[in-house]
Amino acid sequence: MVEVKEFWRWKEYNWKNPDIQWKDAAVITAGVDVGSVSSQAVVMCDNEIYAFANMRTGSDSPNGALNAMKWALEDTGMTLDDIHCKVGTGYGRVNVPFADRAITEIACHAKGANYMYGPTVRTIMDMGGQDCKAIRCDEKGKVVSFLMNDKCAAGTGRGMESFASLLGVSIEEVGELSLQVEEEPPPVSNTCVVFAKTEATGLLRSGWSTEKVLAAYCSAMAHRVVSLLERIGMEEDFAITGGIAKNVGVVSRLEKELGVKALKPRYDTQIAGAMGAALFAKALVEKGENR
Amino acid sequence: MITAGIDVGNKNTRALILKDGEVLARSLVPSGFDQKKAARDVFDATLKRAGISEADVDYTMATGTGQEKVTFAHGRVTEVSSAARGAVKIFPGARTVIDVGAEEGRAIKTDEKGKVMDFAINEKCAAGTGSFVESMSRALEVTLEEMGPLSLNGENSVPMNAQCAVFAESEVISLIHSRIPKEDIAKSIHEAMASRISSMVRRVGIQKDVVMLGGVAYNKGFVEALEEDLELKLLIPEDYPEYISAFGAALVAVDKAGSK
Repeated sequence: MVEVKEFWRWKEYNWKNPDIQWKDAAVITAGVDVGSVSSQAVVMCDNEIYAFANMRTGSDSPNGALNAMKWALEDTGMTLDDIHCKVGTGYGRVNVPFADRAITEIACHAKGANYMYGPTVRTIMDMGGQDCKAIRCDEKGKVVSFLMNDKCAAGTGRGMESFASLLGVSIEEVGELSLQVEEEPPPVSNTCVVFAKTEATGLLRSGWSTEKVLAAYCSAMAHRVVSLLERIGMEEDFAITGGIAKNVGVVSRLEKELGVKALKPRYDTQIAGAMGAALFAKALVEKGENR
Repeated sequence: MITAGIDVGNKNTRALILKDGEVLARSLVPSGFDQKKAARDVFDATLKRAGISEADVDYTMATGTGQEKVTFAHGRVTEVSSAARGAVKIFPGARTVIDVGAEEGRAIKTDEKGKVMDFAINEKCAAGTGSFVESMSRALEVTLEEMGPLSLNGENSVPMNAQCAVFAESEVISLIHSRIPKEDIAKSIHEAMASRISSMVRRVGIQKDVVMLGGVAYNKGFVEALEEDLELKLLIPEDYPEYISAFGAALVAVDKAGSK
């Protein structure tokens, strides 16, 4: 039997903080971000991240939310009932059956980034599975304005997945490989992924290396989101969240084109939304509005 | 008088030779990645088919997105103008022309002489183009040719919210997993595409007769969906809907040669 390698498939995983005894915590909250491509669950004990899980969203989101939550709680001995407040966010937030509240992903992303990157963050570029958003926020992580592209796969994780499959390169290696070029090639069509794929096939046939084609695609992707940032007005500090933030090929080109360095992430960049949701949950508990 | 029209598209390149208003020969080659070569090859093949040599051709007109690659042409005309001109010649009552190709969709408003009054064009995005149906046929695991007949057998359509071909592909896969019949999915795909094109047509204003051209005109499923959306009957050139731009270019060449 021929094994079909799924180049687009990125690593799903869970994590827990071994230094925290959750039973000692005063407030336990959780945030679940059900995206169109991936779902994350974050559990917070007081002010610290206790555990999280990051996985693909299946075809039905109610289970996606529960699966992510269960996986985050794996081997912790904690159950859903031990969590004082749970907030759902993301594209599938209305389908989180166990959530006490649903909050938009824009608000959660800003809140999460404020915690993850610190209060100096003013502009966030979230590059997710099926959309990208440029968000401006204040020092408390409150949204000031945002711009979003959710109509088109250019600049999104789904676009990158389909490109990785086309070129037969594991999605986690795309960024590194794209930097292995002597000279930066001109970007491919920065509009439509379908057209970009046709273009890439042509470039490969005309003798371009895979690395060179990847470089041309990563730079097209960077260019695409730069225009979103220019429209919203860029203010430092700047942070990138979402799955594409893990792609050094896109991030470095984005930084170069903007002339601005993004803050180095201390946490998994995909959990910003769920993180923000857990923080909102904590605020609800503190105000006694969690049920 | 003998004239030729060469239409270099994103996917295919076509040539058509006209002698005193009659089509002598036409042919098509894939544009590939060397459009210059494609233009030369298709012209040579058409000359051969017509049984004439290049010197017999009074005037050669290039059109299409790759028109500047036809280095041997005497002149150039935009694909919008050539489509309008060709459509009005075949259907004198045509006032609105819809041209859907592999990577572009256009809606053109024309006068009775085939002069362009207004137009709208989508060249940025695969939604509402031939490549959209191609991606969807891959997701459904049927051939492109099967898409039309398949969708005509569809009974219920499911609303598809994705405008983007990449997102629509994932949507189609979830529809297959939820056991929606392929026929219904194909019908929904064509409806989604038709709504994209119809909004462009409405932007230029619908005036009868409405003609549909381009390779996608072969797709009966799409044509039916667009007719339902626009609530009118589309006129489609019987023989060669994807040659109308080349035909129009050859007609413009007649004018040019006459005034030479």
